[in-house]
Amino acid sequence: MTPKKADKIAVNVLYGLSGIIVLILASLLTYILVRGVPQFSIEFFTQPAKTFEVGGGIIIQLYNSFYLLLLTLLISTPVAMGAAIYLSVYAPQNSFTTFVRTAIEVLSSLPSIVVGLFGFLMFVVQFKLGFSILSGALALMIFNLPLLTRTIEDSLTAIPSSQREGGLALGLSKWETVTRIILPAAMPGIITGVILSAGRIFGEAAALIYTAGQSAPALDFTNWNPMSITSPLNIMRPAETLAVHIWKINSEGLMPDGPDVSAGASAVLILAVLSFNLLARYLGKKIQKKITSA
Amino acid sequence: MNDVKNTHPVYTIKDFNLWYGETQALKNISLEIPEKQVTAIIGPSGCGKSTFIKTLNRMVELIPSVKMEGSIHYKNEDIFKPNAKVESLRTEVGMVFQKPNPFPKSIYDNIAYGPRIHGIKDKKTLDEVVEKSLKGAALWEEVKDRLNENAFGLSGGQQQRLCIARAMAVEPEVILMDEPTSALDPLSTAKVEELIHELKNDYSIIIVTHNMQQAARISDKTAFFLNGEVIEFDATEKMYSNPHDKRTDDYISGKFG
Repeated sequence: MTPKKADKIAVNVLYGLSGIIVLILASLLTYILVRGVPQFSIEFFTQPAKTFEVGGGIIIQLYNSFYLLLLTLLISTPVAMGAAIYLSVYAPQNSFTTFVRTAIEVLSSLPSIVVGLFGFLMFVVQFKLGFSILSGALALMIFNLPLLTRTIEDSLTAIPSSQREGGLALGLSKWETVTRIILPAAMPGIITGVILSAGRIFGEAAALIYTAGQSAPALDFTNWNPMSITSPLNIMRPAETLAVHIWKINSEGLMPDGPDVSAGASAVLILAVLSFNLLARYLGKKIQKKITSA
Repeated sequence: MNDVKNTHPVYTIKDFNLWYGETQALKNISLEIPEKQVTAIIGPSGCGKSTFIKTLNRMVELIPSVKMEGSIHYKNEDIFKPNAKVESLRTEVGMVFQKPNPFPKSIYDNIAYGPRIHGIKDKKTLDEVVEKSLKGAALWEEVKDRLNENAFGLSGGQQQRLCIARAMAVEPEVILMDEPTSALDPLSTAKVEELIHELKNDYSIIIVTHNMQQAARISDKTAFFLNGEVIEFDATEKMYSNPHDKRTDDYISGKFG
């Protein structure tokens, strides 16, 4: 076989392999959307779920998913940011920092159900937080931290050292160089990383089943007292999210239209995660463009 | 151009040694660098000239394995004494790098950056500093109508002059330049050289260059480095016409390097 021919075959094989990936994604998406989108209706998005009857909606679960996402990001972003800054700027190369990096890697490979059970024992039982949004957010923080730290660290180290030197040479302290030069320059990467992690959080179920709980008490969206059990702001109430809802319907749902609700909810979930991804790409590109072009 | 005056030294370096791990990069350097003149540091690649200039504003300490010995005084102040503030040294000693490194901001914000950090908030004062620095760096006429545009849109030569203006904006006494024209085309190089010639009225300039003609054109004094040692340090004119050391002669005449 001539090298030219071998090259051609190799390219075609690789082309085919990438095609398979796209095909899997496309058929999955098509199936979920074709099955799910017809379930969309105003009631579906505005009514609470029904346990025994036909026609339940997903408003509470959808809201819970977003609220939990927001809380998780509020807790985990600062922690990940701090760790990433330390690792990329300050950390010396020694056995301790190697240990920290290894710990992060191990943490990122923990199965989410294990994180969920750990969260159950730690936050729900030990800290007596009960099945609550707070327990769920803390478990998701553990689930989310390693990858987020890694992405932020990567965006920070991607800033050329000439930028850092430029700042230091102007008489900026190390910390000023971090906050005023490196962080702003790394912002597109950081924002992309945070949004991508949002997609992972939004779709996570296993880590939440035993932490945020599997029930969605009725919410009164006019009640702004964060201590009240019906208030959407309350972080101590159990809160079934959309992903958990899908799991629940399929494992023990009693409503006659369970498969339809599940299909609709899956479509919403997929669309949300998809839009997070697209948003991440769009924002990342846009900020990058703003920063680099004249 | 090479009127060598008897001025105060801005830097006094005595018996200075520097190691990267086990490798000695600077050996027994003793130099007095004059004020308000252009001092060129020449020598072949790897001779320690960049290390030397980075030592003068202590940027060399960013490399973790660095060890140093001996003394460097900046205007009679020991720059390594325990309570010395490296930030204030770097405010007085600006630096321009091999490759232009503007910040990803507007032209205006690049210049106003240093002054803002050092506490100047007043818009009018900042405007003045920006205009003065850009004029000082001979860039004002080219950019005055687009101060709010991103600095990355400037040409390489303009970016380098922007970096010089940025260094000037914090009103330093000394400007260190580490091969500032090595990434520039001949026209931009000529502009930067012209600028350096202007600048020495107000600043002491120490410039590393691998280009011997450049050193001859712009400097008052030249130090020739070889393998971490200073082989010769003299008035540029004298060094180029009548070098003391055979090795200097060989290097200048292009026998190696």
